Amino acid sequence: MNDLLIKFILSAGTLFIMFNIAGLLTWVERKQSAVMQDRIGANRASIFGMKAMGMFHALADVLKMLSKEEFIPEGANKFLFNIAPYLSVTFALVGFAAIPIGGELVLNGHSIQLQAANLNIALIFIFAMMSMGVYGVVLAGFSSNNNYAFLGGMRGAAQMIAYEITMGAAIMGVIMVFNTIDMQALDRAQGAYMLGGWLPKWGIFVQPLSFLLFFTAATAETKRTPFDLPEGESEIIGYFVEYSGMKFGMFFLADLVETVLVAALMATLFFGGWQVPYLHADGFYFPWGGHMAMANLPVVILGVLSFFFKVALFIWFLMAVRWTLPRFRYDQLMNLGWKILLPISLINIAVTAVVITLLGR
Amino acid sequence: MTQTRSMLLNVGPSHPAMHGVIRMIMELDGEKIKGVDIEMGYLHRAFEKMCETVMYTQCFPYTDRLNYVSPLINNVGFALTVEKLLGIDIPERAKYIRVIMSEISRVTDHLTCVGASAMELGAMSVFLYMIKAREFLWELVEEITGARLTISYVRIGGVKADLTKGFADKAFGKIADVRKVLIEADELLSRNRIFIDRMKNIGKISAEDAIAYGVTGPFLRATGVAYDVRKSNPYLIYDKLDFEVPVGSTGDNLDRYFVRMAEMEQSLRIIEQCFQQIPDGPIAGDLSGVVIPAAQMVDRAKMGQTEDLIEDEVNLDPTLQGSTRKYHDAINANKKDVVLPAKENTYGNIEGLMNHFKLVMYGHGIKPPIGEVYFPVEGANGELGFYIVSDGRDHPWRVRVHPPCFPIMAALPKCLIGDMMADLVPTFGSVNMIAGELDR
Repeated sequence: MNDLLIKFILSAGTLFIMFNIAGLLTWVERKQSAVMQDRIGANRASIFGMKAMGMFHALADVLKMLSKEEFIPEGANKFLFNIAPYLSVTFALVGFAAIPIGGELVLNGHSIQLQAANLNIALIFIFAMMSMGVYGVVLAGFSSNNNYAFLGGMRGAAQMIAYEITMGAAIMGVIMVFNTIDMQALDRAQGAYMLGGWLPKWGIFVQPLSFLLFFTAATAETKRTPFDLPEGESEIIGYFVEYSGMKFGMFFLADLVETVLVAALMATLFFGGWQVPYLHADGFYFPWGGHMAMANLPVVILGVLSFFFKVALFIWFLMAVRWTLPRFRYDQLMNLGWKILLPISLINIAVTAVVITLLGR
Repeated sequence: MTQTRSMLLNVGPSHPAMHGVIRMIMELDGEKIKGVDIEMGYLHRAFEKMCETVMYTQCFPYTDRLNYVSPLINNVGFALTVEKLLGIDIPERAKYIRVIMSEISRVTDHLTCVGASAMELGAMSVFLYMIKAREFLWELVEEITGARLTISYVRIGGVKADLTKGFADKAFGKIADVRKVLIEADELLSRNRIFIDRMKNIGKISAEDAIAYGVTGPFLRATGVAYDVRKSNPYLIYDKLDFEVPVGSTGDNLDRYFVRMAEMEQSLRIIEQCFQQIPDGPIAGDLSGVVIPAAQMVDRAKMGQTEDLIEDEVNLDPTLQGSTRKYHDAINANKKDVVLPAKENTYGNIEGLMNHFKLVMYGHGIKPPIGEVYFPVEGANGELGFYIVSDGRDHPWRVRVHPPCFPIMAALPKCLIGDMMADLVPTFGSVNMIAGELDR
């Protein structure tokens, strides 16, 4: 009973936090782009005269979308048309279940892993869920009975398949080095140190190439500029062209949730997840010999903070990329995915395998 | 064998990439464009017919609405055409002012074009940087003309108002700011691999085809033909200025982008040279006479108290500032049957008032001799020509515009067919189609 309650609190908490981060991202996106473009950005919505730097715009947007008329075009497949946005959001959110947001918390002798679902195949689960997300895009495009949406759905399907494979191949290197696909174990493994204890054994330091590949493929996965072909707002408007109201909002939300998910994955796989440099289960052990003892609770809190700090950093970076680069073209995207990224990731796997064998582990 | 059918896609008239209203019916094979049918005319306002119903001076507001991104060039083109018909020459200072204003407009036009095509490729930030630069220049335009969009600044025989005090310094400051933005945009785009991949070898047109279609402007120059009206048929004072005509070689989107970027730099150079060469006018604004409000001057003149009125200067509302007697002669031709008198004369003495009425009253106005005339200027998108037939009355018998966009739009299917659907956006963006000019 107690375990069930803890699980429930953990999953509710994860969902709540991730949902809110995604909602907040609409504001972050607006403000960050405004800063980058010499603008002021959203600053009008207010509650009792409080503006909070335009943060209420996210709230106002949701209210607007909820109160808007929902339009289903004539000739659309009503069932598929209605179910598509839910598929998009659901699969994007479910992935968070397997992301560890912190280390091992000990409460009254109970050991709790701060991870909603303690799966030993967590990584594969997340990838499966991310792949399922493409159904939302494809179904929306094909069920709308609109040529623009159709083009968007087609592009979306091709893009997701092309980059899913690269993404999978890119993290193979990490899996081989750390020898696990359990996310919590992966995080713990990154708590080791190299170079005489100075350099944390994070994914980025042992597999830099794999990180670059994963970053590119994952950006493509979020369907944002420069990979926003399924949307391509100035060319084909996008697979969601016929959607209105909150159903459109759900596609938008799914995009942002995926951004958070990808940022979380990058933090977990390549930047040690909840690891803080030199922080061990009982406090800091500095490479120059210093030691600072800490209780379990502050260590765990530091870990959680470290995880969210890394996630925020990646979100910031993804946004900066999004507001800087122009968009690829369909065939250029396919070339990049199949002819450049995939071969490099395969070579990376081979080289990693050879090195690991030679090192005799 | 499987049968494939091509898909018809109706792009526009309301579509994010169709700035202005135009409709393209595309025949797609997957993403490849197999056929394009361009349908224009959504913004037809009967410009030419309207001009034939009003007096010559009243045509200027209509010309503002042709290419509304660079209205001053249209103003200048129409004024030069009527002046050629009348056979008058304008003061040197007015010529320089016209050139300065034309070149500022050319830069704003190119900024809009390059920025918009970058935005449509997804580089939203570049667009906003360029709009910021355009804002700097429009502030200059606003200071002189009092308006930003529909300017109507140029008059037959001169310009409406003289430059303000300290304008040159302000302009140099703004030019430096614009240069900074151009460098920034250049850094963001010119060596950006994605941008180059999207632009290179896309929307190609050969020099022969471009000439056959009658294409002019940056679109033609990108194919390697160095045709620029400012060089081949210099008007105003362009023969005294040192500038280059940038040309491309392949006639693709990337060349058009580079030509436009280089032309902006040349235009800024022209503006700087103009400020160095411009003959002195009374921009210092020494107010030796008594300055009285316009209404007071009119009242005194009505009551016959005209003794010292000839010495006084009138204080005008902002829309007319710069057109008082002190500035009048330096910026307007000395032709009483064409140019409105200085405001002091209109308000203060009967000769000036009658002169004014003779020019603005219906049935009087400017009456050019019988004849027909064509005069081209270099618009931002190419050769902008006005053709006017006069039958000796106060309004034109026939007006015809040669809009630079029109031949380019006719040649556009040649650029588009064979490319991909996504290439429509940069190719169409590089045309810089302005519906007001295209549909007239």
